[in-house]
Amino acid sequence: MDLNKKFTPETWPDHPEKATLEAKNKFVGFWLFLGGETILFATLFATYIALKNSGPSGFGFSTQELYELPLVFVMTMLLLTSSLTSVYAMYHLRNYNFKKMQLWLAITALLGLGFLMLEVYEFSHYVKIGFTYGNSAFSSSFFTLVGTHGFHVAIGLVWITLLIFRNAKRGLNLYNATKYYTFSLYWHFIDVVWVFIFTVVYLMGVIG
Amino acid sequence: MSSVAQKKGFGATLWDWLTTVDHKKIGILYFLGGGFFFVVGGIEAMLIRWQLHKPNNDFVSAGLFNDLITMHGTTMIFLAAMPILFGFMNAIVPLQIGARDVAFPFINSLGFWMFFFGGLFLNISWIYGEVPDAGWTSYASLSLASPGHGIDFYAIGLQIAGGGTLMAGINFLVTIINMRAPGMTYMRMPLFTWTTFVASAMILFAFPPLTVGLFFLTFDRMFGGNFFHHAMGGNTIIWEHIFWIFGHPEVYILILPAFGIFSEIFSTFSRKRLFGYPSMVFATVLIGFLGFMVWAHHMFTVGLGPTANAIFAVATMAIAVPTGVKIFNWLLTMWGGSIKVTTPMLYALGFIPSFVMGGVTGVMQGAAPLDYQLHDSYFIVAHFHYVIVGGVVLAILAATHYWWPKMFGTMLHEGLGKVTFVFFFIGFHMTFLIQHWLGFWGMPRRVWTFMDGQGWNMANFISTIGAILMAVGVIVLVINIIITSVKNVRVSNDPWGDGRTLEWAIESPPVFYNFPTTPLVRGLDTVWIEKMEGNEAGYTAAEPVKDIHMPNGSIIPLFMSLGLFVAGFGAMFRTETSWGLPVLIIGLAFTFVCMSARSLIDDTGYYIKKDELLRDMKRKGGQA
Repeated sequence: MDLNKKFTPETWPDHPEKATLEAKNKFVGFWLFLGGETILFATLFATYIALKNSGPSGFGFSTQELYELPLVFVMTMLLLTSSLTSVYAMYHLRNYNFKKMQLWLAITALLGLGFLMLEVYEFSHYVKIGFTYGNSAFSSSFFTLVGTHGFHVAIGLVWITLLIFRNAKRGLNLYNATKYYTFSLYWHFIDVVWVFIFTVVYLMGVIG
Repeated sequence: MSSVAQKKGFGATLWDWLTTVDHKKIGILYFLGGGFFFVVGGIEAMLIRWQLHKPNNDFVSAGLFNDLITMHGTTMIFLAAMPILFGFMNAIVPLQIGARDVAFPFINSLGFWMFFFGGLFLNISWIYGEVPDAGWTSYASLSLASPGHGIDFYAIGLQIAGGGTLMAGINFLVTIINMRAPGMTYMRMPLFTWTTFVASAMILFAFPPLTVGLFFLTFDRMFGGNFFHHAMGGNTIIWEHIFWIFGHPEVYILILPAFGIFSEIFSTFSRKRLFGYPSMVFATVLIGFLGFMVWAHHMFTVGLGPTANAIFAVATMAIAVPTGVKIFNWLLTMWGGSIKVTTPMLYALGFIPSFVMGGVTGVMQGAAPLDYQLHDSYFIVAHFHYVIVGGVVLAILAATHYWWPKMFGTMLHEGLGKVTFVFFFIGFHMTFLIQHWLGFWGMPRRVWTFMDGQGWNMANFISTIGAILMAVGVIVLVINIIITSVKNVRVSNDPWGDGRTLEWAIESPPVFYNFPTTPLVRGLDTVWIEKMEGNEAGYTAAEPVKDIHMPNGSIIPLFMSLGLFVAGFGAMFRTETSWGLPVLIIGLAFTFVCMSARSLIDDTGYYIKKDELLRDMKRKGGQA
């Protein structure tokens, strides 16, 4: 593949993310990877549901007292908005508008960072009030499920930061278009997982 | 870069193998790595049988016996059977679909090295002296209570190897979806490719639960988690569910490629099209689907209740239907065929009765009330060895003889091959048939010795003699391989003379770019069609000769796996040594740096120029 081939918005393919065989392979492969990730999170969800509110005798934490919906609502808004901004970025990717794509991706990363910092705050608050990882089966399953999601967010942030800086000087080509596109797939996936965490962990936890 | 063979020094050759991304070489690496662990697991099996050859034997201690059965099972499933099958998939599937490589050559190499370092990690437990001892299923109530680092070796070693397997699965899926040659529709794919496809899809959905389960186990043992600690609100049954949601599909991941191998062999040596090809494909997909629906039949005696047991019992028996379809198709493939009894065909003929016996005992255990009687007895041991040895291992031995010329360019000796078969086949039935009765007579599995006077002495002695015969068979195979490699008589494209699929259209072993021109596929059994029409070239080209794009080799996959390997030791010794935590962090950081390097440094491969290709083709034309 010629990395130095110059495009204009007119010559740029409609689907740059899968314009070559290598790109098509990555595209299909990444979708399959997300399929596997879905099963991974499904296992974590099942375990959490089985162990929620379960601890040693005299255990003092329950989902109703623990979770604070206002904080989680703000986190949800940040992450959902970051999914929207990543869609804008992909819109500009399709239109061969590199600068705007980078800008929207940077905004996506900042929103993701905001989410992650709130999650760190949430976790440290729980630890402070004694709800530590080793406190109970409930705490282990909670931190593992939500923490695995948070870890995915962190990986996504490192990934997109590397991509933004690596390609800052050289613009779009058919080699890195796939990388940007698979990142956006990944980011949407993280977002969908969070919607389930918000529902299954927090909403269902507060209701009962 | 020229494909003309040059004399290379040892260092250069070693470097070439460590950095290779060529699917044929990675196939050989998988084959050798898996073969090594097969021997290790085999030695463990021999020690187990020797301990049990007479009552009240004290050849090994009870603790060592637990180590041996755990490592035998784990090694054979994860480090021998699967990698050897991956070896054949790597070496053959891209050729069968007319591709020049797999979809992700780099990830292919990474998958191999992760398997290798994971297996090494697990087996270092023997040297360290604390070995996994909770059975290959490692049920949490046992494994949490196991002292020392044995189970930590299990959890971390399998985590690393399992990651490699998942990558290999995704790689094969994408290869088969995207890289089939023109005309190679899904319903023209050879059965081995089809079974690889379905087994890979099963890997994709079965391995993430194992990943999660192993993380839970690791966290519980090493990082203060409470998933399985009853006193802390945890639930030990969760491990059993997660393990079997992985573990049951796993046995189909092993047996489906074996079915594919035998389908190829039956059709080739009956010199007939595979009978009922569409129903074979349908049965494969159906088995793949049902394989996920039956995990709780391993847990009938846990107490899930009559409703759950009934549902899983019915689902389990349903699997016998597509499997039966396959058995009849193989029989009807031979019906009226012009059968040639070569070594691979001999294994295929031996496979049918052996596997049917394993299948029938499987249906027996699928009946939940009967399973209460059979559970944890030697009947279970007999059953799963009948399906795994009678199915998977016979397929591996058959494929070793069948595809040896394609992988190494020389034929294994047929006579010695048949000697291997006779020893192995008789030994296999002698070892395991009698164990059905041992189970009926009440001998529990996983006991390190038994008392005199229970009527088990003779049966156990016969079983041990059988195991020795199997070992003799394997030793003959090793001798055969050594003799063949020393003689090294080169063979042509289609040494069996009856090849039907695309791998037999090109030289043995194939040149590193496989096909000078992409082949055009005009039906099932492509090469057979071309042969019948008198095409000497083996296949019809779909395109003129043009530049070929090839991937660059890389040492990064090995380094990435090495980082995880090192980090594993750090995690294990984190609490008791001062160097544990730094080593864990350094190992993970090293892997991450390697990943970043892979992402940041452009690696778009290179091209083989058209004139170079033409020169190559001309040179070969001159030889033939």
